[in-house]
Amino acid sequence: MEVAKTKAPIIPGSGQQEEIKAASNEPSLRSVEINLTYKTVGDFAVDQAIMAARDVNVFYGDNHAIQHVNLDIARNEVIALIGPSGCGKSTFLRCLNRMNDTIESARVTGEITLDGEDIYQRQMDVVMLRARVGIVFQKPNPFPKSIYDNVAYGPRIHGLARDRAALDDIVHTSLRRAGLWDEVKDRLEMPGTGLSGGQQQRLCIARTIAVSPEVILMDEPCSALDPIATARIEDLIDELKQNYAIAIVTHSMQQAARVSQRTAYFHLGKLIEIGTTDVIFTNPSHKLTEDYITGRFG
Amino acid sequence: MNNPHPAGLKDLVARQIPRRYRAEWLFEKAGLGALVVGLGFLAFFFYTLVMNGYTAFWQSRIALDVPLTAAVIDPDGTRDVDLIGQANYQGLLRDALRTRFPEVTARGELRSLFALLSPGASFELRDRVLTDPSVIGSAVEFWAVADDDVDMLIKGHSSRDVPESDRRLSDQQLAWIDALQADGAVEKRFNRAFFTSGDSRDPELAGIWSATVGSFFMLLVTLVLSFPLGVATAIYLEEFAARSRWTDLIEVNINNLAAVPSIVFGLLGLALFINLFGMPRSAPLVGGLVLSLMTLPVIIIASRAALTAVPPSIREAALGVGASKMQMVLHHVLPLAMPGMLTGAIIGMARALGESAPLLMIGMVAFIVDTPQSPVDPATALPVQVYLWADSPERAFVERTSAAILVLLVFLLLMNAVAVILRKRFEQRF
Repeated sequence: MEVAKTKAPIIPGSGQQEEIKAASNEPSLRSVEINLTYKTVGDFAVDQAIMAARDVNVFYGDNHAIQHVNLDIARNEVIALIGPSGCGKSTFLRCLNRMNDTIESARVTGEITLDGEDIYQRQMDVVMLRARVGIVFQKPNPFPKSIYDNVAYGPRIHGLARDRAALDDIVHTSLRRAGLWDEVKDRLEMPGTGLSGGQQQRLCIARTIAVSPEVILMDEPCSALDPIATARIEDLIDELKQNYAIAIVTHSMQQAARVSQRTAYFHLGKLIEIGTTDVIFTNPSHKLTEDYITGRFG
Repeated sequence: MNNPHPAGLKDLVARQIPRRYRAEWLFEKAGLGALVVGLGFLAFFFYTLVMNGYTAFWQSRIALDVPLTAAVIDPDGTRDVDLIGQANYQGLLRDALRTRFPEVTARGELRSLFALLSPGASFELRDRVLTDPSVIGSAVEFWAVADDDVDMLIKGHSSRDVPESDRRLSDQQLAWIDALQADGAVEKRFNRAFFTSGDSRDPELAGIWSATVGSFFMLLVTLVLSFPLGVATAIYLEEFAARSRWTDLIEVNINNLAAVPSIVFGLLGLALFINLFGMPRSAPLVGGLVLSLMTLPVIIIASRAALTAVPPSIREAALGVGASKMQMVLHHVLPLAMPGMLTGAIIGMARALGESAPLLMIGMVAFIVDTPQSPVDPATALPVQVYLWADSPERAFVERTSAAILVLLVFLLLMNAVAVILRKRFEQRF
């Protein structure tokens, strides 16, 4: 167990520094109490962080959904967030581009920075933030407009293209990079909703990368797709990481193992363990991580 | 493990099955029965309306050879429109009648002979001469509008078999009509006046045009006011306002307003628009304002339902690529919600078109002959016209009441058809 004391800022609350009490001889999920203070196992900080979350808490009304999470996202890496249902990985992901703002009861405390700027600060414009931190949702949600308009929407509202030719260029490039170009190049004016599920999700990815964000958040992007479509998306994620930092929430551990360089394991609102994907999947340090990885629950 | 169903699962289920099917059969038949009863009432309603009303679309006319004597119409030969318009056309018609029945000479008899024609016949003759002054000096065959009593007799609505004292027409008048009919000089022709003229004390001259124009102006005011206001309110409540006790209170009140009796809105309009703001009485403008108050809750509720029906994933998708809230609403949510909003608006409009009670409060129940030229001219509305005619004693107004209702129903059907077409046309699957 290695803890990066030097890089983590001091976390308020005295209980933070105590060891987690989850006893190794209690296999049940319930054995970890919500109120247990804990310390993430592994080094959550990286040198080349593009985003950094420090002591992030999310409350849905009285429900403390995310508790004291510290996590960095590095440039050009894919970080997988895994954990059982309801562990808060999606909630945490949605904090990273303030999609939680749309939920009225949600309250976020702590600090999340993008390139050193606190994104929850007053000066941070949420429109600007979401242009820089794009998101792909669980269910493909293309606009009920043409394929072209779907991809062109972001560049249009942000004024990224000076003329029609430039916009065409952005749309074509984005579709190519999303691996959809060959399938749709002859029917760009067809509605995006007419595509298959896998194509729709790639269209959504094209729509996201058309804005050229710095970070792409993916919230279980393959959960509604068949294995072939999933494989295509995974290939795509692999290519995209050359240009983007990607945080992906997934329920499939195989997927996490295939696409990510680092993996974070969440459990009941806490970040239990973080480390390189190889280590997490072959030699997890925490009992809960091991139980989840080995399929004892989740 | 012992079997929890000693009788066997199969037997237990089998015992239930007939009862289940019976219940299902009953349920289905009950629904069908309700539908049949409803359709029966509707059919009866349409049957009575059509049977009462269709005759109003035809009007009895009497053929007369009218000598358009130049000495009467245009003595100086100036062809001056004003002079021609002031000529004594009634005298010409009466001369024609006297020529047709030369045996009638007594003053009283002549009066009852002249009563066969509508007072409006002379205006029609004048219009004919004015449109084609070249006929002056010749004799023309003119189909004069018959009086409503004659019309009712021809159409079989009034009986010949009752004693003369109980009849609107005397035995003598009946004899003249028979004589005219024997000549083929009485005919039922399409009743254009019903669609082109305003109200009149004489049923054969009364029409729905001024009421239709009044209704049109009123609906225009209502649409222009209530649609943008209603949609804006719905968007604010649904997309921008944070849920709080206040928004809940507003929501409850809006739902309540939709159920307030319309006459209350009429009283409000009377107190506010006419008494306080001093707006003109009987004006479609005020009627439109009152109907806007009445229609707003309906449009707000329909628009909110349409907005709620837009899946949240579309909103998330828009926000996710960095759209502002307004862009999200204008680019994505509103286009998807528009068919629902339009449907709600048209249904609200249709309700407003059929509304009469609040209009009684603001003076739109007046006897209006002239067609309103603007929303501030005195006017009445179609349902109020129906109300007025239903109140009139003349037998001929019975068929006109039904006919006006039929026309109103046609308008309502058209509006609902437009709502359906809009919904089908702009419906987008998502």
